[in-house]
Amino acid sequence: MLVESLAVLVLAGFVGFAVISKVPNTLHTPLMSGTNAIHGIVLLGGLIVLGMGADGVLNKILLVIAIAFGTINVVGGFLVTDRMLGMFKEKPKEQQDAAKEAKK
Amino acid sequence: MTTFVSILYIIAFALFIYGLMGLTGPRTAVRGNWIAAVGMAIAVIATLLLPGMGNWWLIALGIVLGTVVGVPAARQVKMTAMPQMVALFNGVGGGAVALIAWVEFRTTDGYAHEPLYVAIASLFAAIVGSVSFWGSNIAFGKLQELISGRPISVGRLQQPLNVLLVVGALACAVAIASGGGSEWLIIGVLVASAFLGVMVVLPIGGADMPVVISLLNAFTGLSAAAMGLALDNTALIVAGMIVGASGSILTNLMAKAMNRSIPAIVAGGFGGGTAVAAGGGSGEQRPVRSTSAGDAAIQMAYASKVMVVPGYGMAVAQAQHAVREMADLLESKGIEVLYAIHPVAGRMPGHMNVLLAEADVPYESLKEMDESNSQFPQTDVALVIGANDVTNPAAQSDPSSPIYGMPILSVNSSRSVIVLKRSMSSGFAGIDNELFYDPKTAMLFGDAKSSVAEIVEELKAL
Repeated sequence: MLVESLAVLVLAGFVGFAVISKVPNTLHTPLMSGTNAIHGIVLLGGLIVLGMGADGVLNKILLVIAIAFGTINVVGGFLVTDRMLGMFKEKPKEQQDAAKEAKK
Repeated sequence: MTTFVSILYIIAFALFIYGLMGLTGPRTAVRGNWIAAVGMAIAVIATLLLPGMGNWWLIALGIVLGTVVGVPAARQVKMTAMPQMVALFNGVGGGAVALIAWVEFRTTDGYAHEPLYVAIASLFAAIVGSVSFWGSNIAFGKLQELISGRPISVGRLQQPLNVLLVVGALACAVAIASGGGSEWLIIGVLVASAFLGVMVVLPIGGADMPVVISLLNAFTGLSAAAMGLALDNTALIVAGMIVGASGSILTNLMAKAMNRSIPAIVAGGFGGGTAVAAGGGSGEQRPVRSTSAGDAAIQMAYASKVMVVPGYGMAVAQAQHAVREMADLLESKGIEVLYAIHPVAGRMPGHMNVLLAEADVPYESLKEMDESNSQFPQTDVALVIGANDVTNPAAQSDPSSPIYGMPILSVNSSRSVIVLKRSMSSGFAGIDNELFYDPKTAMLFGDAKSSVAEIVEELKAL
């Protein structure tokens, strides 16, 4: 089981390296935000540990917080990325200023 | 794990990878983000389909809490506050990992009946998750100006203290892995890592924060992957590791674009960004921001008004035809392109007018100095092609400068500046140009003609 998991781990690492080869500076922040949303996948860890029957009040509280944190990470991450990318669409003038501000 | 769930996980990875590829290009980015989000939804649903899931109300509570906090935060945050928002989202992700690791410890009696690798992976996740949570919160505090953006450090004690914290966290972790079951040990791991996260980020100046956030982002990814090893969950391993790897590359790219090295940033203590302001003395190494033709093209393609500021460099490189071609492409996108002509740009009066006229640039687009200066504040991108002294703000601001009093094109009043230049060498007057160190200026190094030609290629590809 461990060896299989490690194989998956290493391969995923190479995929991660390969995906990000050439990124224009302008997209650095949205890309960071997008990858940030993806590691919100830890949410699954909370779901599994809690769903598979964690006992004890403290454990349950900690896991509910963990799930809430994970959800914030996922939902917030994707929404913020979308808003950032919205700045690059065709747009009226005021928003352009905002985009410029955001880039600073 | 059932086969069905595994298949859904595989679909989710594919969507993550495809989505991330989309995020690296301006045209596909929005779609890429949503593709990754769909992947995440599939991964969550698949997990809930695992046989034996229970505690539904608590799961629902956690998800609802997270949504209620996360959605308005993401919706309402001002565009200027984006970086700290990302830091905060990253932090809670790390916090989630640390909490799960803690619960793992509690439910397994200190990993008593688990294989050693589970303990190691879980403890690694606890350390990195905790560092990431607290480090990100400090980064958030700094960017939100809750904490001073300046580097805060305890001086020479800094490095020994950090080493001590690393040793402390590792010592507790080793004690657990070798059979220690006391809950204080895992709390020790989490607390020592928490202080480490705080101490590492506190001394870093505000200007380097985006790079630090990206680094912490990669860390959170790695901790998620470790958590996946401990829980034997492929989705966590793959997604976490992809973020860990791509995040590291991205961190490196960001640091390079800012002319900084990651070790220098993490070692901290300098690079307060604004603190580097006008030193005046020539010969000192000051950071300049360099850019690529691709970025310059994107920046201009999303502008509504571009001012080209030609100088001797354009004449030497015979870049006027390429400039004309670039301007035509921009104009076809509905962007206004004007030329700001300084009376002494080049080596003779009217030098630029002649060159540009030769390239069939319409005469109405050429603006004299006074008119140009009134246009710059409404200009999104000022593209300086091989002009130097005629754009030097020192002529207005620094009475000790040899060119003080010379009328200049106030390029620095436009919203952003791209300077095409062969190197950092000084101009005809032999003095340093303040403009190049302005935070809104990006330098595109290279021969003017080939740089413009590259920009043209990038514009065509957009």
